[in-house]
Amino acid sequence: MNERQVPTPTTQTTTPAPAQAVNEERQAVLPRVDIVEDEQGITLWADLPGVSKEGLEVKVEGDTLAISGNVALPLPEGLEPLYAEVRAPRYARQFTLSRELDPGGISAQFQDGVLTLRIPKAQHAQPRRIAVQVG
Amino acid sequence: MLGWIRFPANLWDEMQRLERELDRLFTGWPVGIREVGGAPLYPAINVGRTPEALYVYCFAPGIDPAKTEITLEQGVLTIAGERGPWAAKEGQTVLANERFSGKFKRTLSLPDEVDPDQVEARYRDGVLTIRLGRKTHLMPRRIEIA
Repeated sequence: MNERQVPTPTTQTTTPAPAQAVNEERQAVLPRVDIVEDEQGITLWADLPGVSKEGLEVKVEGDTLAISGNVALPLPEGLEPLYAEVRAPRYARQFTLSRELDPGGISAQFQDGVLTLRIPKAQHAQPRRIAVQVG
Repeated sequence: MLGWIRFPANLWDEMQRLERELDRLFTGWPVGIREVGGAPLYPAINVGRTPEALYVYCFAPGIDPAKTEITLEQGVLTIAGERGPWAAKEGQTVLANERFSGKFKRTLSLPDEVDPDQVEARYRDGVLTIRLGRKTHLMPRRIEIA
C-alpha cells in the first residue's frame, strides 16, 4: 500500500461555528508554508512575519498540528495608518498528521519570522534496508 | 528610536478602523507599475505616519538584512533583495511550495514631505521597519489665537 505521510491542511468544519469563533477565525490569515518529505520525516517552514518568539504557538493535539501566532510589532505612539497589505493581526493554520509521524519527536526553530518544524517518522515507519542474501 | 509601544490590546478593532480609513481616504494610493499584476507581493507592506515620521513596515521573513538594499531616490523608496532560492535535495519530495523565493523588489512613491536625510531601518521578527522623518517645516503646527 502506498500511503502518503502528508500533513494535509484540514478543511473548515462544516458545522456552523458560534459567532465568536467565526469572528476569531476571520482575524487570522493562513501563513504560507513549504513542506518537504524525506525518508526520515517531514520538514515544514512557515512564514510568520511580525510574530515574536513569545507570540508563537505550536501545538499537537491528537493527530492535529496547529500553528498560530499573533503579530506584535512595536509601533510608535500616535501612528496613523495610511496603507496596509497585512490586515490580520494573527496567523493560524492546522495540519493533520498521519500515524507514521512521531509528534513527540517534533523539533522547532523560529528565527526572523520563519518557523522551521521537523517532524520525524516513527522508528517503525522508517524504511529499512533489507540485505538480500544470495546463495 | 523613540517611543516604541506594543499594539493596543484590542488590535482587531484597530485593524478594522484602519481598513475603514483606508477605504475612505486612500483608495487612490498609487500602485507601482511593476506591481499591478496579481502575483502575491513580497514583501507585503504597511505604511503609517506620525506627526514626525512616515513608517514603512515590510513583512519580509527570512531575509538577510546585509543583502537587502533600501534606496530612496526622487521620492521613490525601493526595497530589493533575495530570499533563497532553495531547491529540494536528493531524496526529498516537495509537498507544498507556497513561500516566496527568489529576487524581490518593491517600490513605493512617497509624499514630498519625506526628508531623505532622516531615514533609519531595522529588522526584527521578520519585519523590516523603515522610518522616514518628515520635513519639519511641513509638520502640522498649532497656531495659537491671541
